[in-house]
Amino acid sequence: MYHYTDFDTNFLASRNAQFRDQVERRINGSLTEDEFKPLRLMNGLYLQLHAYMLRVAIPYGTLNGAQMTKLADIADKWDKGYGHFTTRQNIQYNWPELRDVPDMLDALAEVNLHAIQTSGNTIRNVTADHFAGAAADEVADPRPVAELIRQWSTDHPEFQFLPRKFKVAVTGSVNDRAVIKAHDIGLQIVEQDGEIGYKVIVGGGLGRTPMIGKVLKEFLPQADLLPYLEAIVSVYNLLGRRDNKYKARIKITVHENGIDDIRARVEERYALIRPQFTGVDQQMLARIEADFAQPEFKSASEEPFQNAYQHDPLFRSWSDTNLTEHREAGYSIVSISLKAHGKTPGDASSSQMRIMAEIAKRYGHDELRISHEQNVILPHVHRGDLPSVFSALRAAGLGTANIGLISDIIACPGMDYCALATARSIPIAQEIATRFDELKLEHDVGPLKIKISGCINACGHHHVGHIGILGLDRAGVENYQITLGGDGTQDATIGERAGPGFSADAIIPAVERLVMAYLDLRSEPSETFLATYKRLGLAPFKAALYPESQDQKAQANAA
Amino acid sequence: MAKPFTPKVITANALLEGDVIYQTATGWTRDLAAAEVLTDEADADLRMIEASAQIDSVVGVYLADVAVENNIPHPTHFREDFRAKGPSNYAHGKQETF
Repeated sequence: MYHYTDFDTNFLASRNAQFRDQVERRINGSLTEDEFKPLRLMNGLYLQLHAYMLRVAIPYGTLNGAQMTKLADIADKWDKGYGHFTTRQNIQYNWPELRDVPDMLDALAEVNLHAIQTSGNTIRNVTADHFAGAAADEVADPRPVAELIRQWSTDHPEFQFLPRKFKVAVTGSVNDRAVIKAHDIGLQIVEQDGEIGYKVIVGGGLGRTPMIGKVLKEFLPQADLLPYLEAIVSVYNLLGRRDNKYKARIKITVHENGIDDIRARVEERYALIRPQFTGVDQQMLARIEADFAQPEFKSASEEPFQNAYQHDPLFRSWSDTNLTEHREAGYSIVSISLKAHGKTPGDASSSQMRIMAEIAKRYGHDELRISHEQNVILPHVHRGDLPSVFSALRAAGLGTANIGLISDIIACPGMDYCALATARSIPIAQEIATRFDELKLEHDVGPLKIKISGCINACGHHHVGHIGILGLDRAGVENYQITLGGDGTQDATIGERAGPGFSADAIIPAVERLVMAYLDLRSEPSETFLATYKRLGLAPFKAALYPESQDQKAQANAA
Repeated sequence: MAKPFTPKVITANALLEGDVIYQTATGWTRDLAAAEVLTDEADADLRMIEASAQIDSVVGVYLADVAVENNIPHPTHFREDFRAKGPSNYAHGKQETF
């Protein structure tokens, strides 16, 4: 884990003191809301439907046990005893009061956490592959460079008032688990002739105008990363549209000017600023890398795993869905599902947070990760300890065996909390999960990603869901549109809109018809929903979604 | 022809607590049922100006449509319904009190 230097600690303390003063000046009337709003947003504080919301960054999704325990303490002391993990590796508290927020930030600082730049038109929390440092398919751990980017972008004087928010994601693997092609900048660590560098992707994003990122540079040497990033953001800062909020993201800048024009501008700017980077950043990176040395893995018997796998069907089912291959023999990556059927996706109670922290300390080299899919990961667990881990998780309501299945749904907070939402997301996710649990079908259905957003801003990533659901307000009634065939991996694809939307009552049966149609259409049980969709296209799924229009067509043909 | 003015309440979020509040004849309430219903457009405009000026206690003042039954205002849009009750996934917010 990254260890704070005195500089980091002092910076955070002074920043928190500054914000405490700003809050005080807002309360005593010295600052108007218009003046205060950009300041509070830069410190992660929103005002939502029912209350303030504090969004805390979990940099590149990495936490230790003490940090997770502190998140639980904050939930108990200043919120309602739970937190909501988001699609950008943040945690959100939904009920803080304005006066308490400076104390919450000080409490976070005790464990080197903060809410800086989790909102506002700045470079946001840098996200990374949640299996970083553990994945078997990794070229290099993306976290050190994510930390370097965090340090470079935090309070960067040139980039505090960008045309719009700016999101960076990093992966160290070919198999993209960080949705890098849907970010303003996506970085993939690659190796070329024995040298480590980055493939730089720019201009991806979801929202109102979804775009898949385009390759700006196939191979950027490691030492050139920061000046190159600075050149990109600098070009965007000047060129990005400030006249229209909906056209202000870099995806539109890239789309309107063309990737070749952007590349030429970036290269020109890069040539100008490159000499200013004298290698200090690389020295810092080397120091950061030392902090991310792999844990001391143990050698132990795997027999407890084999015994439990043979004799305990619940453990076997959980192992089959929630474990991923680790690069170290004898170890597994554990995904803890925060998607118990019928519960709110991504929510964890304070007691669950403490239990996860304890398990991480006892069995997981004191490491936890938050995934963009709103689950928690124990990246390093010896297989011999898995039965004990499962048993402790299960006792805390954290043993759901559904990772990657139909009930492992991404859902944004939607209109239950968010002031921007046009419809609710959470109840739809709860009902889908409950329904498929009743049907006892999800293991038979296999890998299927449902992603739900409660408005066009697409925080729930619906565009890249195999089944995407978008909640809208249609003449004062909640209405849900379905998109199909989206993909958030290295083969990133924007889903195709299936047709007219469904009412809140009709959306669950519609999803059920889709899934039943898939079971009939797949060539064999191993052909996934997405593969079947790619093979057959929209038509047969559309027919299942809108049977009444099929009847009308048949009647017209008969006549 | 101008659209006829429909009944409205003035609503906002409290600066300190952040929760939903509604204006009464004399101040603010957290209960929509106790809110003052405005039926005259000129009066509503004036009251909005006065409410918006209270910058050290309220945030985001606006007029929300209501339907009045037995002298009690009710939301006409689902967003206002959620604001008046709280979220649907936990019994938090106003539904804890009202």
